[in-house]
Amino acid sequence: MRREAPQKIGDYAPLFFPATMLIVFFVVPFATMIAVSFFQRQQAGFYVPAFVLSNYERFISWFFANVLGFSLMLAVVVAICCVVLALPFTYLLTRMQRKVQIVWLVALLSVLSLSEVIIGFAWSTLFSRTAGITNLLVMAGILSEAKALLPSFGAVLTGMVYQAFPYTVLVLYPALVRLDPTLTEAARTLGASPVKAFFTVVVPALRNTITATLIMVFIFALGSYLLPQLLGRPQHWTLSVLITDQAIYQSNMPFAAAMAVFLVLVTLGLVALTVIAGRKGEAA
Amino acid sequence: MTGVFRKLYFFLIGLFLALPMIVVAGVSVNEKQTLAFPPKGFSLSWYGEIFLNPEWRNALFASVTLAVLSAGLAVVIALPLSWFLWRRVAPWANIFQLIGVAPFTLPPVITALGLLTFWATTGFYGQPWTAVISHAIFFVTLPLVTLSLGFTAIDRSLVEAAATMGADDRTIFRTVVLPLILPYIVSGYAFAFVLSLNEYIVAYMTVGFTMETLPIKIFNALRYGYTPTMASVTILFVATAAIIFSLVARFGDLPKLLGAMSSDDK
Repeated sequence: MRREAPQKIGDYAPLFFPATMLIVFFVVPFATMIAVSFFQRQQAGFYVPAFVLSNYERFISWFFANVLGFSLMLAVVVAICCVVLALPFTYLLTRMQRKVQIVWLVALLSVLSLSEVIIGFAWSTLFSRTAGITNLLVMAGILSEAKALLPSFGAVLTGMVYQAFPYTVLVLYPALVRLDPTLTEAARTLGASPVKAFFTVVVPALRNTITATLIMVFIFALGSYLLPQLLGRPQHWTLSVLITDQAIYQSNMPFAAAMAVFLVLVTLGLVALTVIAGRKGEAA
Repeated sequence: MTGVFRKLYFFLIGLFLALPMIVVAGVSVNEKQTLAFPPKGFSLSWYGEIFLNPEWRNALFASVTLAVLSAGLAVVIALPLSWFLWRRVAPWANIFQLIGVAPFTLPPVITALGLLTFWATTGFYGQPWTAVISHAIFFVTLPLVTLSLGFTAIDRSLVEAAATMGADDRTIFRTVVLPLILPYIVSGYAFAFVLSLNEYIVAYMTVGFTMETLPIKIFNALRYGYTPTMASVTILFVATAAIIFSLVARFGDLPKLLGAMSSDDK
């Protein structure tokens, strides 16, 4: 049966339920959020319909500039760490036996599906004084006394790399599986070491994939809403944490919505960049 | 030499992934209510606590119910949409595929906040069923992706043969398409189920003040002090995820689902 254009109105019937659900429960809430970002905040957490720009005006402050700068910087560092760690890993993984690959994929998916609450709890335990990794170092005689490694920037970074690493591998995986193995074979036949073949053949061949992956992991890291709060100090809070904080604990929905709209714009800009990078990759 | 280096590299990555879970597993078998590692004494009572303590049991029940229902709803939304996109030439309908993938691509806090403002405006804020719809929309991406992959894998000549023999759309769907697509429905459901079980921010922003799912319960417990039950629940979650994904791998083609080509074509 060939694909054909819908003939009569009844042919559109299957579309009805999914389209209604997606419009009512995604498009409309999204529009509601944008509308609320222009509303006027009242005392005690209420807000009234209005058209004010005061929620956006709050962005023009040193505090907000700092939060934004820190969020972007943190996401960039996380993205770079993840791609550097994951690229050789994924490359070697795709060259392994199918069975071994599946075991690793199951493990990666299991870690990826963990909620931030659990990742935050697990790492705060690992970095704590009483149950942390330093206890093992004390037992091994490397440290004289157990100590807490959090809250700190290092703890936030480690937690976020842990969260984003499986995602990075799964984003890289399809491109690396499809990579023509004869490329590296040719390099090896011509006398390149495996490491040299990886850096001179695999990495340049995947330049666009790597760019796209960096951007995707960057967006993923930008979305982290709990780890900076659980593992860091208030100065390590990111835009996502701030949005949650304003919406739930400060009950300032209009301001939270304005920040969320801003975050969407940043994200969409980056998605557009990814698409452009992908286009270039196809043209090359 | 490179073989040794590679093994070491994989060992270190594996250690990095497993270390938090090893420590949490250790903490979860502490005999007393202390956060200690290596554990002091050995007891599995903190695993029993999940089922015996009414607060944790209710949270577990809420989480499982939410995950079962929302993953089901996500599949019900995704299946007709991906069937339509496969069956018909209607380029504009791809916009719905795009809308379906959006909640998963954007930072989660955005979807959560959008739904919070929506439920607050419509006056349903805090009702348990709003969480089901919210999660179904948030995770509809997963069945959508597995199903569109599954539909592209169907050999159209099979469908054509059925049509030539006089089967109508409904019969073809039931006798040819559905059996071929079933593994993808199951894996789409499984992915949505596991992620819904673990999801925190959307659940918290929609029903956080009226009911507790397990991730919300863990977060609240974290703020008011510490109990090893948090550790045992964490291990329960990791084990559940690992079991479900292993089953998907056992009965389906996991590398293919994750975007690799099927093993038997080149």
